Amino acid sequence: MSTARHSTARSIAAHGVLILYTMIALFPVFVIVVNSFKSRRAIFADPLALPTPATFDLVGYRTVLQQGDFLLYFQNSMIVTLGSLFFVLLFGAMAAFALSEYRFRGNALMGLYLALGIMIPIRLGTVAILQMMVASGLVNTLMALVLVYTAQGLPLAVFILSEFMRGVSDDLKNAGRIDGLSEYTIFFRLVLPLVRPAMATVAVFTMIPIWNDLWFPLILAPSEATKTITLGSQVFIGQFVTNWNAVLAALGLAIVPVLVMYLIFSRQLIRGITAGAVK
Amino acid sequence: MAQRKPFRWHVGVFLAPALLVYTAIMIVPLIGTLNLSLFNLDQGNRVFVGLANFATLFGDPRWSGAFWNALGNNAWFFLVHMLVQNPIGILLAALLSSPRLRMAAFYRTAIFIPTILSFVVVGFVWKLILSPIWGIAPGMLDAVGLKSLFAPWLGREGSALTTLALVSVWQFVGIPMMLIYAALLSIPDEVIEAAEMDGVTGWSQFRKIKLPLILPAIGIISILTFVGNFNAFDLIYVSQGALAGPNFATDILGTFLYRTFFGFQLQLGDPHMGATIATAMFGIILVGVCIYLFTIQTRLRRYQF
Repeated sequence: MSTARHSTARSIAAHGVLILYTMIALFPVFVIVVNSFKSRRAIFADPLALPTPATFDLVGYRTVLQQGDFLLYFQNSMIVTLGSLFFVLLFGAMAAFALSEYRFRGNALMGLYLALGIMIPIRLGTVAILQMMVASGLVNTLMALVLVYTAQGLPLAVFILSEFMRGVSDDLKNAGRIDGLSEYTIFFRLVLPLVRPAMATVAVFTMIPIWNDLWFPLILAPSEATKTITLGSQVFIGQFVTNWNAVLAALGLAIVPVLVMYLIFSRQLIRGITAGAVK
Repeated sequence: MAQRKPFRWHVGVFLAPALLVYTAIMIVPLIGTLNLSLFNLDQGNRVFVGLANFATLFGDPRWSGAFWNALGNNAWFFLVHMLVQNPIGILLAALLSSPRLRMAAFYRTAIFIPTILSFVVVGFVWKLILSPIWGIAPGMLDAVGLKSLFAPWLGREGSALTTLALVSVWQFVGIPMMLIYAALLSIPDEVIEAAEMDGVTGWSQFRKIKLPLILPAIGIISILTFVGNFNAFDLIYVSQGALAGPNFATDILGTFLYRTFFGFQLQLGDPHMGATIATAMFGIILVGVCIYLFTIQTRLRRYQF
């Protein structure tokens, strides 16, 4: 009996700590979302109150949509994120397959070379990247960002995916070879579908820093036509710093897309992580 | 088989795109930056100066004060993460992985949410919450009778850096939590059951059985934290601007690099000194990673099941 009561107390304590921390984690998001729907007076009068019919006001969102070109920024962010994600997953999976499937001279060395980028941030090459982009005329294009993010995402993608591909059964691949499938067909038709959870993990880890990056958009593509939503909201907030309705609405708009993407992928994410990425 | 295998083209085809993009956009610029740090302008011409830029950075009073200040702040920033973020992450992961815990998926998803937010959002929302004007933080402290504790933390030289480090901890605690959680889940049930048979439960079970098994994961997290912190820029830039105020109290290597390379206010940008700072950061990160790889990682014991 005493152990049962003991474990109930323990489980209540565990829930207590977790609920407390969940509140700490979600509180700022709650503050932004709630206040972005309130009138200016209500924001200051009681920041923690939910919007009521009397205090409900969309003036912040109206200002944002009139002033900043948020639709364009959003589109830019989408293009850059999805474009980089596509190349990271495709090129990363191909390289991972080569490293995990074939034994060739320099295999280990190649793996090490590609893993170097996990430890050394690409930002330290910014000075030379900017000079290179200026020389090739890619400054202020989305292409420059896609290239940089592809290079940035590849090391981790190759590392995680090759761990996973080592786990794909050799018998399956050899059966495919006996049936006369080419190496390319084996990769695209047999191996890729089997490492889907790993691809989702890599997708999340690649996507979030790209979507949220401020450094490279600020340096490589700060023009009005190529601003990403992160840079756009940063600039917008800088200009409208005293218009709290607009600032809160801009923050709300910046949170929603990445939140939706995360909730879509989160189930796959934990499966991918627990399936061996860090073992 | 005396006959040599034919050259396998597909291996090259699989490797080439990744290798090409990675080398061209990451490795070549990195080498370019290292190279650029060895040059400087002399009456408008680029001349090779060897390590003179580094001597300037470390020793010339115009530069060294800012550099050592940024390095010291960066070290403190890292220390706060190691002492606060990683223990909290381990605690949360340990709680989440306890068997038969209900709503574990909900907690896991919710606690990871700050990690997916952009620095713009994080920096600004905490600025709003801690702002003495809006009054969420003072109001909440007032509610529990601690109003006297409130101070404009972000505006004071003594507390601004620690406050920002804690905001960053708030944002990233999800990463150690997830990785430790995964490591804890991978411990086989038989090991835990054997411990329970021997009467090892609760805290002593965690300390004696689980902790040694997740040490490699803690090692990985420490090195990721180190690389991330010494490369940080966004949070400081968003909340305190490129000048990293008040009075450079929150200046870290990333903001120092940005200011030097692009210039600020009346000072012109200086690509050579910028590259020198980037190279110094590269060196610091490399030394840290090597210390980890050659002294800590080799002593970690790995267990296979």
